[in-house]
Amino acid sequence: MDQKKRSFWAGVRAEFPLLIGVFPFGLIYGTLALKSGLSPVAAQMMSSIVFAGSSQFIAAQLIHDVAPGIVIVLTIAIINLRHMLYSASIAPYFKDLSPRWKGLLAYLLTDEAYAATIIHFEQEGLTSTSHLFFLGAGFSLWFTWQISSALGILLGTAIPANWPLDFALPLTFIAMVMPVLTDQPIIASAFSAGLVALLAYNLPFKLGLILAALVGISIGMLLERRK
Amino acid sequence: MNIWVVMLLGGLLTFGMRLSFIYLFGRFEIPESIRRALRFVPPAVLSAIILPQLFMPSGYLDFSLANHRWLAGFVAVMVAGRTKNTLLTILAGMVALLILQLVF
Repeated sequence: MDQKKRSFWAGVRAEFPLLIGVFPFGLIYGTLALKSGLSPVAAQMMSSIVFAGSSQFIAAQLIHDVAPGIVIVLTIAIINLRHMLYSASIAPYFKDLSPRWKGLLAYLLTDEAYAATIIHFEQEGLTSTSHLFFLGAGFSLWFTWQISSALGILLGTAIPANWPLDFALPLTFIAMVMPVLTDQPIIASAFSAGLVALLAYNLPFKLGLILAALVGISIGMLLERRK
Repeated sequence: MNIWVVMLLGGLLTFGMRLSFIYLFGRFEIPESIRRALRFVPPAVLSAIILPQLFMPSGYLDFSLANHRWLAGFVAVMVAGRTKNTLLTILAGMVALLILQLVF
């Protein structure tokens, strides 16, 4: 096997443990997206057009709540802001690639692909096949996400409509948020955002959500600066 | 706004952010303040979605025991805090909600 193939498969192997975690997540996404009122085709297409797990869950929740489109778009953008950090961090390893390769790898730049490759890149440095290592990691994640979403959508059509399955969405968010509440500024940030969201819930166009996020982020930053 | 337009715009913005520094490499750096703000984004947004789901299931604040959702959510928070396991958290919260609905 030549170096190129070896690098690609090494990327797939590096991603593998994360795929096991992503699979059930995709199943849940597919099921819930359907219950939120998305058509099966739209639910599946969101997995390839947006291709960012947590923002897809949140979009499904907002579609379920009949939020205006512009608020959904803004929320997706805010949630996915962190990808700019990954982009900045990984950019030195992609600097010599053609625009087409840059575009493809940027599309595949998810939390999981970034996490599995950046440590490898930092250890190995830039090589002539770095991009193929990333392609292996990113593509295997993409493939897993498409398949698990599709299975979730199939599963969703089989579950009776009167089950309170919509509750699984906030539960999923609880599972996402609890592990990151590790220091005081971030806990204060989460609490204040939640409180503002309750108080501002009746603002038009679901703007309470965006206001709450901005207040939470500001409070977190203020507390961190004081330390 | 049509759902397809929403997905397309959301997807384009996400792709744009992923491409940003890969494309601009060497020409621009992320300001330190933005770098620091980013780690607060997910917990702030998620909490802002979770709390109304738990405490306002009917559109108004409801802290009573007749509101099963915050009780079941509390169970999920405890399980998430202890196990850090997504599936277990969802399962515990769902089972708690179903039991509360059956019993009360």
